[in-house]
Amino acid sequence: MLTGLPLLTLAIWIPIVFGVLVLATGSDRNAAAARLIALIGAILGFAVTLPLYARFDPLASGFQFVELAPWIESFNVNYHLGIDGVSLLLILLNSFITVLVVVAGREAIQSRVAQYLSAFLFLSGIMNGVFSALDALLFYVFFEATLIPMFIIIGVWGGANRVYAAVKFFLYTLAGSLLSLVALIYLYTVSGGSFSLLDYYQLPLPLEPQILIFLAFLMAFAVKVPMWPVHTWLPDAHVEAPTGGSVVLAAIMLKLGAYGFIRLSLPIVPDASHTLAGFVIALSLIAVVYIGLVALVQADMKKLIAYSSISHMGFVTLGIFIFNSHGLEGAVIQMVSHGFVSGALFLCVGVLYDRIHSRQIADYGGVVNTMPVFAALFMLFAMANSGLPGTSGFVGEFMVILGAMKHGFWYAAAAATTLVFGAAYTLWMYKRVIFGAVASPRVAALSDISAREFLVLGLLAVAVLVMGVWPLPFAEVLHTPVNDLLNHVAQSKLR
Amino acid sequence: MPYITPLLPAYPELFLLVMACVILVADLFVSDDNRVVTYSLTLAALAGTAVITYATASADPVTTFNGMFVDDLMSDVLKLLVYLGVMAILVYARAYLSLRGLFRGEFFVLVLFATLGMMVMISASHLLTLYLGLELLSLSLYSMVALQRDSATATEAAMKYFVLGALASGMLLYGMSMLYGATGTLGIAHLADIISSGGAHDVVLVFALVFIVAGLGFKLGAVPFHMWVPDVYHGAPTAVTIFIGTAPKLAAFAFIMRLLVQGLGAERLVGEWQQMLIVMAVLSLAIGNVTAIAQTNLKRMLAYSTIGHMGFLLLGILSGDLVGYGAGMFYVVVYVLMNLGAFGMILLLSRGGFEAENLEDFKGLNQRSPWYAFLMLLLMFSMAGVPPTVGFYAKLSVLQAVINAGYVWLAVVAVLFSLIGAFYYLRLVKLMYFDAPTDAAPIAPRGDVRVLMSANGLAMLLFGILPEPLMSLCLFSIQVSL
Repeated sequence: MLTGLPLLTLAIWIPIVFGVLVLATGSDRNAAAARLIALIGAILGFAVTLPLYARFDPLASGFQFVELAPWIESFNVNYHLGIDGVSLLLILLNSFITVLVVVAGREAIQSRVAQYLSAFLFLSGIMNGVFSALDALLFYVFFEATLIPMFIIIGVWGGANRVYAAVKFFLYTLAGSLLSLVALIYLYTVSGGSFSLLDYYQLPLPLEPQILIFLAFLMAFAVKVPMWPVHTWLPDAHVEAPTGGSVVLAAIMLKLGAYGFIRLSLPIVPDASHTLAGFVIALSLIAVVYIGLVALVQADMKKLIAYSSISHMGFVTLGIFIFNSHGLEGAVIQMVSHGFVSGALFLCVGVLYDRIHSRQIADYGGVVNTMPVFAALFMLFAMANSGLPGTSGFVGEFMVILGAMKHGFWYAAAAATTLVFGAAYTLWMYKRVIFGAVASPRVAALSDISAREFLVLGLLAVAVLVMGVWPLPFAEVLHTPVNDLLNHVAQSKLR
Repeated sequence: MPYITPLLPAYPELFLLVMACVILVADLFVSDDNRVVTYSLTLAALAGTAVITYATASADPVTTFNGMFVDDLMSDVLKLLVYLGVMAILVYARAYLSLRGLFRGEFFVLVLFATLGMMVMISASHLLTLYLGLELLSLSLYSMVALQRDSATATEAAMKYFVLGALASGMLLYGMSMLYGATGTLGIAHLADIISSGGAHDVVLVFALVFIVAGLGFKLGAVPFHMWVPDVYHGAPTAVTIFIGTAPKLAAFAFIMRLLVQGLGAERLVGEWQQMLIVMAVLSLAIGNVTAIAQTNLKRMLAYSTIGHMGFLLLGILSGDLVGYGAGMFYVVVYVLMNLGAFGMILLLSRGGFEAENLEDFKGLNQRSPWYAFLMLLLMFSMAGVPPTVGFYAKLSVLQAVINAGYVWLAVVAVLFSLIGAFYYLRLVKLMYFDAPTDAAPIAPRGDVRVLMSANGLAMLLFGILPEPLMSLCLFSIQVSL
């Protein structure tokens, strides 16, 4: 029955259509209706992505569930969708997190509820679009369109310094992506009038344009990842974003950049990727080590997790640019795992923030005495963030370190410091917040998490554990695309 | 009837001319309370002209008046957009005009004559007709700016506009007379033949070209001939600013197509004017976008943004091929749609004794009226060129034409300045969405304005999701006309 349905189109447009419906409920008087519609939309959006996994053939090369229709004929742009294992995992992650965000925003957001929820649904659909687009212009349109809802989310529902953070976020990302637009139009001209990514994969290019194109893409994707030194928008945006915004930002938006490297940079300009790999690896290692140290000294919990995200994403870019199957597969696993773990950590901070309205570590202490269930869950996520075996955080990091070891001992050695720093900043924060004497009367008056919060965090906990103990379902869909990509990248396009 | 058929291509112009005269006379018999009669007649005249234009449209160019006047698909499309724009302006401006005592017969007659001037410009295939149309448009515009007699800023703006406009017209005329001296003809097609067969002296031609490009620069408001734009946009009553800022740009585009591309498009001249346009385009992008950041008055900001947009338009034109001209036409059409919406919103928010022309006046619009804030958001993101709004495709098609012509560096310059441009559009969105309102006056426009504004704003999104029809219409009409 499901075979005839355009599942990818549904995964993109169901959230968007429901976003419009939610918006149509209007003012806050109808907040309950808005919440209900949003929840239905998010769950439906997630439900249509499940058959994608069930009917995905992990052994087949190339793209599956392909949809192709002409869109802008003047420019030969097609509505061309299709996914491989990498996109599959990210689409699932995105749709899953959207459900959680819609559920989690229930109490924290009381003003302009409909606008808030619809922004998330729009964002979810648009990001599914990015992950399934096989046409460069379609990819770009979706990639850019994420900016508008995110700008509004940070700016309207954020904290004190939200305007600065929102504008910084918008302009940084726009700067990068406009340059990559020039690169895409250049490719369109060189390829004789095609925007198809599959055509670009086969397009021979001399080294010099390859390098320029790579740098343009790097600008766009590095800002989104974000890589050192263009990461500075992230802590600002995170600190000021509402909890749901932070979760989506960390869990999914950051993956857009890394996904761009895998989908565009590597296969389109393989020679430039090899030539400049050392540069990207250096930036990644700086992110891993230096940003790890920066995270250590943060006094604000959200800032700490934000820096920890940058450090973990350094792992992802490292894994991508060491060009072996362990590294690349580890990078994708790490992306998914980071989606779960960072999302969960931001939700945990949100739980505390909703109660005490402070993100400062110093304002807490002894929370375990009043919120034992919460403390246990938080513990699990903190462990996962520091890469403890048995949690999802370990799998990706281990594979990337293994890959880095093949690349060279010192790369692995530098990367492995994250296991030390990561544990240090996460657990030290955990200790100061959760353990010790009860810090203030407000902490003493805390109540443990509600059933709804437990549901959200519990689902994430299950995901983290399953992925840590039994990563095969995640890894098996990645083997084919990763090996195909590596084979493709190994062939020079210089002719 | 041998005298009637040859005039067929000019029927819309003739009809509008007659109607303008009729309205001029009819208005004498209408009392101030019933001025809405004039208003309705004007709308009806424009609608009738649109019908005639549509009915006489054909893909093959037809000429009349001994080849001085041409009716081709490009002119039909542009004219229809002009009518649409002018009608929208009248609807948007109605409340604003009546509250300021400007809802008078003169305004409508001037609007009709300006429209007629644009139509003549768009269809001109002879330097004289071209100039005639331009002057009819310009003179009407000068008086429209000065219509609010007791406003000092409007009078000052009118004076500046008139002096600089007259200077520009003089330059243009001087350039045209040099062309006549060099080739002995004023017909555009004839001119092109003589130039491409090498029958004219190069030095004279280049001199003529410099004067013509300078004159065009003035009319478009491209740097370094942009000085009048912010003052006139700011000083004129908003109902006139919306007129100056929209429809005439369509006519100016046709003017460039006729004069530079059809007339002076010979191989040996294209390189010359390309160089001039590059300089003007880059300077316009730079000065327009950077200066706009410092503005606190929305009308001034949009004036500088116009200068930046004209830089983008010039980029499309200078790429020198049909795809580039098609991109230019698409850009100018999109630009007109966006500016109509943006100025329409200023008109919509203003009320008796209050002009919503400062950025501050948009503070907290999302809390006062989420729907209008959303429409303005679409308009602003479209101006900034962020997908999925139509402004993105306008920029895309121009950039594609520029890169196709081999000017990758120009494309990089253009995107860098549109990044700077994004900042001030974003600032308006920030004011609407992130700040608290300082003004609690209810926003209750008339029903027709409400519908039109919604259609205008949603068009940004609709054409952004399905840009193909508009894009291919522009490209096709350029292809069959040039």
